[in-house]
Amino acid sequence: MNINFTLISQAMAFAIFIWFTVKFVWPPLMRAIENRQKTIADGLAAGERGKHELELASHRSADVVKEAKQRAADIIVQAEKRASQIIEEAKVAAQDEGKRILVGAKAEVEQEVFRARETLRQHVADLAVAGAAKILHREVDAKTHADLLTSIKAEL
Amino acid sequence: MASGAELTPTSYMAHHLTNLTSSLGEGPFWTLHIDTLAMSVLLGIISFGFLWWVVRGATSGVPGKRQAFVELAIEFIDEQVKSTFHGDRHAFVAPAALTVFVWVLMMNTMDLLPIDIMAAVYELLGIHNWRSVPTTDINTTFALALSIWLLMIFFNIKVKGLGGWIHELVCTPFGKNPLLWPVNILFNVVEYVSKPLSHSLRLYGNIYAGEIIFLLIGMWAATGLVGTLFGTMLGAGWAIFHILIVTLQAFIFMMLTVVYLSMAHESH
Repeated sequence: MNINFTLISQAMAFAIFIWFTVKFVWPPLMRAIENRQKTIADGLAAGERGKHELELASHRSADVVKEAKQRAADIIVQAEKRASQIIEEAKVAAQDEGKRILVGAKAEVEQEVFRARETLRQHVADLAVAGAAKILHREVDAKTHADLLTSIKAEL
Repeated sequence: MASGAELTPTSYMAHHLTNLTSSLGEGPFWTLHIDTLAMSVLLGIISFGFLWWVVRGATSGVPGKRQAFVELAIEFIDEQVKSTFHGDRHAFVAPAALTVFVWVLMMNTMDLLPIDIMAAVYELLGIHNWRSVPTTDINTTFALALSIWLLMIFFNIKVKGLGGWIHELVCTPFGKNPLLWPVNILFNVVEYVSKPLSHSLRLYGNIYAGEIIFLLIGMWAATGLVGTLFGTMLGAGWAIFHILIVTLQAFIFMMLTVVYLSMAHESH
């Protein structure tokens, strides 16, 4: 239990161990730990940033979806409008066509009537001429009595 | 238990508490406790070699189990130092605290080696007296405490300058008044004397007492069957309790080191 040279030798050993730890043990591990802390901090920051960006992106995509829906609705409305317009136009065109056909048919009928009437008139005139000839017992010279015949025709 | 015939409690105790000495010169001072020195240097080389080995391959990525263990220990100490010492702790104080803690813990832990079995092993190696626990040698604890005391004075002068330190010795804690100077000086002298004494004797006393109790239990165990039974149980109990003391004393020694060195860095 007496103090002796052991004290000095122990102090020297202690000094060497302290020097060793200060020089070789502490700095590399602290460096490794600090690097790791930095990596973790960076990772956390990146995660935070990613989360933020995801939020922004979801906002953006919601906006895009909303816009697309709006546009689709617009297109549908427009298409419906256009469809009814086309139907309307087709109706009008059909009516016009119908009228035109009707007018044509009427004209044709009238023409037909006129022609029939003309034919009829011709026949009647012929008949009348033939009748008159019979009555007069002589040939009626058509050329000579053309004026007369024409006036009779017109009267019919 | 070496030389069976003349075994008495006194000789048993004396045998276990005698250092292996080597004389380096004239006078009682020039003796060297070879067991103390060899054990402490061996433990230091093992523990700091282990730390160095792990730290050399340290990765800043995902650490392995070995590295995680060392990091845990080092960060624990770093945390303690950070809460006490405000300055660049990485330069000296924190690694010094690590050295103190690891080394003292290792030396204290030797107290858990079963004394009589170790004595038999040493006897086989032809060594009659060999004390396994360097911290039961007052030379070790004084060496540590005095080294830290010198570091304390060194940092006092380095941080505050020689004038600043002397000013502090003369003018604190009671005041600048010249009438108070003697009181201040007396107070500081008492403080500077008591610090290394309490620092070293606390560790020495705890570990030495632990060793003595192991010896007493060992002696009781030699008295017969009942003694052996109770001695075994008591020895196991005391060893388990001693794990706490061993760690606690290493921790206290480390904390006091940090506190003393921090006080040396702070001006009043």
